[in-house]
This record gives sequence, C-alpha cells and structure tokens, in this order.
Amino acid sequence: MTPLDADAEHLLRELAPQVLGAVIRRFRDFAASEDAVQEALLAAAVQWPEEGVPDNPRGWLIHVAARRMTDHLRAELARRRRETVVVMQVPADQQVAPAADPPSLAYLGSSFGAAGTGDGSEQDDTLILLFMCCHPALTSPSAIALTLRAVGGLTTAEIANAFLVPEATMAQRISRAKQRIRTSGVPFRMPTDAERAERLSAVLHVLYLIFSEGYTSSIGPNLQRSDLSTEAIRLTRAVHNLLPPGGEGAGEVAGLLALMLLTDARRSARTGPDGELIPLTEQDRTLWDRNAISEGVALITDTLSRGSIGAYQLQAAIAAVHDEAGRAEDTDWPQILALYGLLKRMSDNPMVTLNHAIAAAMVNGPPAGLELLRALDADERLAGHYRLDAVRAHLLEMAGDHQAAIAHYQAAAGRTTSIPERNYLTTQAARLAERE
Amino acid sequence: MLMMHTPRVGWKDAGIGTWPQEDLKAHISFMHRFNKELTDAGEFVDAQGLALPHEARVVRAKKGGGPEVTDGPFAEAKEFLAGFWIIDCESTERAYEIAARASAAPGKGGVPLNMPIEVRQVMGRPPEDL
Repeated sequence: MTPLDADAEHLLRELAPQVLGAVIRRFRDFAASEDAVQEALLAAAVQWPEEGVPDNPRGWLIHVAARRMTDHLRAELARRRRETVVVMQVPADQQVAPAADPPSLAYLGSSFGAAGTGDGSEQDDTLILLFMCCHPALTSPSAIALTLRAVGGLTTAEIANAFLVPEATMAQRISRAKQRIRTSGVPFRMPTDAERAERLSAVLHVLYLIFSEGYTSSIGPNLQRSDLSTEAIRLTRAVHNLLPPGGEGAGEVAGLLALMLLTDARRSARTGPDGELIPLTEQDRTLWDRNAISEGVALITDTLSRGSIGAYQLQAAIAAVHDEAGRAEDTDWPQILALYGLLKRMSDNPMVTLNHAIAAAMVNGPPAGLELLRALDADERLAGHYRLDAVRAHLLEMAGDHQAAIAHYQAAAGRTTSIPERNYLTTQAARLAERE
Repeated sequence: MLMMHTPRVGWKDAGIGTWPQEDLKAHISFMHRFNKELTDAGEFVDAQGLALPHEARVVRAKKGGGPEVTDGPFAEAKEFLAGFWIIDCESTERAYEIAARASAAPGKGGVPLNMPIEVRQVMGRPPEDL
C-alpha cells in the first residue's frame, strides 16, 4: 500500500472534523457517525494514493461516511424489526414501555449537495465538535482521547501509541466517552452565549493538556512526544482562526497558541544527546526555533495590546520574556516576577507559586524565594510532590547551603516518576557533592 | 523479560546517589545507547524504570473484600526491582547476551555494576491442539 503524501494527510486531518460535523448534522447519532467517518478516512488513506485525491475531497469523504451510516442504519432497522416482532408477541399489558420509533430512513435520501458551499458552516462544525468533545461531562483523559480522534482525525492506534497504552484500552476509553456524550444528551450546536465562556475554557484546558503531555511526557523513558505537541498546536491554531479576533475568549485562545509556540520553540534545546534534560539556563539558545518565537511574540503582543488579560496570556508573556533573552543572564527577571505576581492573583495554583518563588529569588535573592516556598509546605495539593523539593534544592544551592540542597535534590529524585527528571536531579546532587 | 535488580540498602548512602557526576552521566548515556541499539536491532518491545521502593506498597485483599495496604516491598528482600526490559529475540542465548550487556552497565568509577538480571520467558499462547 502506498502511503499518503504529507499534503493529502494534512488535508484529511483538516477535513475530518468538518466531515464528521456534516454527518452528525444529518444523522444525529454522534457515536455511529464518528465510526462512519473513521471508516471513510481509512478508505481515503487506502484509495487516494492509488487513484489520486478526488476533485471534491470533502464531498467524497461525506459521501463514503454517509454510505457507511446508511448500512449501519439499515442493520439497526432490521435489528429493531426483529425486536419489535418479539415485543408484539408479548401481551400488551405486559409491555413496560412502548417500542421506540425506528430511526427514519428519510435522512438517507437527503442530498449532501451543500458540501463545500463555503457558507462557513463547515468551519463552525469544527468548533461545535470541539465543544462537544471537551464537554465538562467527560473526564480529562476521555475528552483528550475523543478530541484527538474526532477533531484531530487520529486513529485509535495512533492515540494509544502516543499515550503508551494498548489499543484496546484506548478504544474502550473512546467508547466510554462517546457513550457519555450520548447519555448526557449534548446537542450538536454551538453553546449559547451564556455557556460559551465556560465551555471555551474547557476546550482550551484539553488542548493545553494534550500539549503538555507531548512536551513533558509524565511517564516513560522519553521526555518529549512531539507528535502530541504538534497536534495540540494545530488544533489550537484552528480554534484561533475560527474565532473572530477581539471577540469574547479570543484573547485567551491567542494566549494559549502563543504559549505553545514559545514553549515548543525550545524543544530541540531541551534534551541532550542521551535524552537528558537540559534546564532553561543551560540551553543552547541558537537551537531555539526563531520563527516560532517571532510568531508567538507577535501573537501575544497583539492580544495584550487589545487590553485583554488571562492566565494563558500571562504565561505566554512570561515565556516570551525568556525567549527574548539572548543569554540566560540577560533575562528580564523583574518583569517575570511582576507577571507571576499577576498570575498568582488570578489563579490559586501551587505550581504558579513555585515559579513565583524562583523569580523572587532571582530578583530579591534566595531567602525571598525560600520564604515563599514555606507557604507551600502546608499545601496538600503539593504534599510529597517532587517539584517542591526540586525548587527548594535549587534555591538552597543559590543560597550556598549545599548540604541541604543535596538532600532536597535527592528527595526530589526519589519522588519523580520521570526517568529523565530523576537522572537530572540525581546528577545535580552529584555535582554539588563533588564541590563539597 | 529482563528484570534488573539493585541492592536494597543504601540507595542514598552507597548507591547511585553517591556516584560522581561523570559516572552518573556515563551510566545514563549507556542506558540510552543500549535501548537505542535494541530498538535498531528490532529486539526492543518495552522498557520501564520503576519508582524507588520507598514509594512502593503491598496490597492484599481484606477479608470480605477491599484493599489492605502496607508499606512495601517485602522487608526481607535484599534487592528490589529497579526496572525491566521486554525484548523479542531469536534465542535464549541471545537473551542471555543482551542481559549480560545490561548487567555490565558502568557504575562508580566506570566499573561494571554486574547487576543481577533475571531472565524470564513471557508465556505464549497454548498450542493449537491442546
């Protein structure tokens, strides 16, 4: 089988949510439509390399998916007819509920002529799907899996591979998510204005989780699984392009996209030849992706100039300050400290306090940072988390208390679940021990 | 399946926590190259490192169901499982060869660790006609 070339692959992934949207609109059944679209995408991956990409690829995919849906509905209809026969044989007074109406075949004749009319509805479909897949009724892992499959157009095997779980496990997770959407009765439409802000923040959170999973893989021997980061950036870019600039929520979407670009720009400098972690201050900054940085800086500058502010925008602004420093010692720490101060006021997140403490130590000296860390000792969300030990070790080292720093580096090494992190922290302890 | 065992006592006092930085780097670099070679040879299936034993718990079913959790691993064990590889190779001899290379991972002063590597066959399917 000839593999699909990169352009066609890109096209398929972009069309996947639009096709799914069109099919759900006609047939309403999310789960069955999603299966049908997956089959259509597979058919395209097999046929297009042989026969060439059709003139109207979107129409082609919708047509194939609809044919699969027709088959599915016919089978369903036949099954229900058999069940109805059984029901008819039961005396009426023993029937607890009337048999549901069989799904109408009226849809099947409806034409898909509207495909690609360019009235903007296909773009809206992508957004509606995202809102559906990131619905608050779903757990984060379910929402992530469903988003990657339904909106990202990834196969179950690809998603399973990215999360290092067996395909059957991921298939089950996706199927549970679809079931959840069915039972929660989420309609296929744009959220109302009242719902919109909350639902958009759920979407951004899921996209952010996909990105972080790819960037700092929390499990396993490898630090980065870049495919997930790339996919998260692609999807966030799509949302950014679909929302009118200056509209409600557009600032945070731009902020998230900028944050991803500015963070991902450092990817190739972040690990050494043996897969080891290299901290920001020691990275070879010539390896940073200048184009991604320029795009990210332009995005965040533009959105902040509109007077909009939010947690993603602040984090992007902090990333931009780091990325704009030619050398680690040129970093504008007072500005970073001020930004973390703002961020801390917006969100009660202990990870923010950790970073705030580092910035405070850089500007006002290590005792200031260590003082801020003390507030976290009683925080149950961080209890036993290696990051608190790691940051404290770093600040103690800055303060010259090497023995205490070694102890905290080792404690952090014993707690992290990431091998590259453990290697890094153990090496830090060894480096200090040699100086003693 | 190759299971890597490490002495239980003194991870901090005598174990990897006391190695000089260069030796640590050599060890990490060795493991990275080793996994890459297995992958390139098409023999790599999976490899995972495990969190340290002080984070481990032993779970037994309580009478009447439910978990009974105690600190683990078993106190009498002198060694703990630090990690494992699952490899797919031609022969038992080849599996021993690979295990010997893992065992000789460099330790303090670059001296081979000679870690005990337990080699176990992963059970297969039953024969067609049982």
